[in-house]
Amino acid sequence: MNAARSVAIAVFKESVRDRIFYNLVLFAVLLVGASILMGQLTAGQDVKIIKDLGLTATSVFGLFISIFVGINLVSKEVERRSVYPLFAKPIRRSEFIIGKYAGLLLTLMVNVVVMTVALYTVLFFLSRGVSPNVQRAWDAPPIDPALLKAIGLIYVDLALVTAVAVLFSTYSSPMLSAVFTFGLYVVGQCNEDLRRLDQIVGGPAAGIVGKACYYLLPDFARFDIKLAVVHGIPVSAGYMLWTTAYAAAYVAALLLGACVIFSRRDFK
Amino acid sequence: MTPAIRTRELTKDFPVGFWRPRPYRALDRLSIEVAPGDVFGFLGPNGAGKTTTLKLLMQLVFPTSGDAEILGRPVGDVGIRRRIGYLPENPYFYDHLTAEELLGYYARLFRMAPVERRQRVTAVLDRLGIGAERRLQLRKFSKGMLQRVGLAQALLNEPEVIVLDEPMSGLDPLGRRDVRALILELRDQGRTVFFSSHILSDAEALCSQVAILAKGRLAAAGRLSDLQEFAVHGWELVVSGVPPHVLDRVRSRVRSVTAITGDRYAIDLPADARPEQWLAELAAAGATLVALNPIRETLEDLFVRRVSEMGDGGRPATATRVPRRGPGPGSAA
Repeated sequence: MNAARSVAIAVFKESVRDRIFYNLVLFAVLLVGASILMGQLTAGQDVKIIKDLGLTATSVFGLFISIFVGINLVSKEVERRSVYPLFAKPIRRSEFIIGKYAGLLLTLMVNVVVMTVALYTVLFFLSRGVSPNVQRAWDAPPIDPALLKAIGLIYVDLALVTAVAVLFSTYSSPMLSAVFTFGLYVVGQCNEDLRRLDQIVGGPAAGIVGKACYYLLPDFARFDIKLAVVHGIPVSAGYMLWTTAYAAAYVAALLLGACVIFSRRDFK
Repeated sequence: MTPAIRTRELTKDFPVGFWRPRPYRALDRLSIEVAPGDVFGFLGPNGAGKTTTLKLLMQLVFPTSGDAEILGRPVGDVGIRRRIGYLPENPYFYDHLTAEELLGYYARLFRMAPVERRQRVTAVLDRLGIGAERRLQLRKFSKGMLQRVGLAQALLNEPEVIVLDEPMSGLDPLGRRDVRALILELRDQGRTVFFSSHILSDAEALCSQVAILAKGRLAAAGRLSDLQEFAVHGWELVVSGVPPHVLDRVRSRVRSVTAITGDRYAIDLPADARPEQWLAELAAAGATLVALNPIRETLEDLFVRRVSEMGDGGRPATATRVPRRGPGPGSAA
């Protein structure tokens, strides 16, 4: 695993040099700009809207990094042939895949942590001038620790999307990988509908296909607890643990598949 | 003694085509042995299968059949890579890393301790003549400089076997001279160097053994001295100051007379000619001897002869189409 760690550090370094973290500037501008605008347009709802906006932006920005960096992680190295000297060194192809994945997870973690700090900072300044009586009327406190639950599941969601992108990038071109990953993500958002496909479309065949897809494809919608957290609806620790374990199982299966495919691949 | 490199019946087919892929044989039952400490030249025209062979040795592609060993261990053994170095053809590295960082990254894969890592990185960069540029990002490097970085990374772990794919590619004459000196230095240190090339003068100057590949098949292999015909094929006599009437008389009795410059001529004598008699005759007519060289087969002659014998005519080879395995539509004969 020493080799995987070296690969992960290299991926993180590449992310920094490729200016991936520039998205954080855009995030900060978006958040601060929106908070100023909300403060002028809404009465008492600005904190809720900023929470919603902050969490959505964290998710969307992370999703873009997961897909567009994830699909290039492996395929770019194969296309540019930088894997040639690398695989003449004592490193297994599976270690390379795990290292690449871990490196992007590290990048995403730094990204999410900075966004979280920025969101709490903006919420702190927004709530500073509001009296405690008004705050008590809100669904949830402004500096709400429950936001961390939503952010935690956003990160788990991104980890799963990254694993999908890595799997596709082991055998497909970056363009196709992006299409496949994004497609799977969109379908995964409607996973509940797939289970009831026979009721929606009609016919037993649709039911079988829908059920097969429901059990096979990851249910990305279950990671989205933004609405619940913003409205102060409690999310149990059991749900958090179960959802994280669900994602971990998918990530393990996807990475195993990626390792198997990549280990058998010829670099022509 | 365990060979440094051994391949047995090594064969590689690549599928060609999208809808109905057909196998094309890039390498056909290659069996070679490279002795430890040798400088082995792997020669062949473009498309002969040299790079495919090297990729098979590095497990960048997997054989269709046959097997290969390095230092007595199967090439699939990850542990053996601690003892080998590899320079791919036209190497490409990470744009965003500096030469120092790249080598540091590779050194970590060899589990070198931080102090050893710094020492080795500095030593190989110094050896390859990469000075202050080592702190520049690799995207700013010229092709020749990238080739030097490629050589540096191949030597990072002080390998026993060094596999180089077209090591002179992209280098200027000075760079080529440096690489030739480096290969000889590695040989003197007792390391095995296996390199592919189509620059025959380099191979002739460096190699103790060669293998010639054409159309994916082995055309010749062995020591250069065994492969080349060392019998004299003729004589090249270079003289000056030969009177014209003597030159006219000589012309009918030799293979050719070529004007070099001014009154200097190269006279091509047949193998059975006695050069001392010719010298005496020409000297008596007032000519001066400039040079007398026996004509022997060069590596280039050998290369062209063996490649032509493979039905290639010395032109770039294309992979041979091979039959599909098993019955089914689309089988190619």
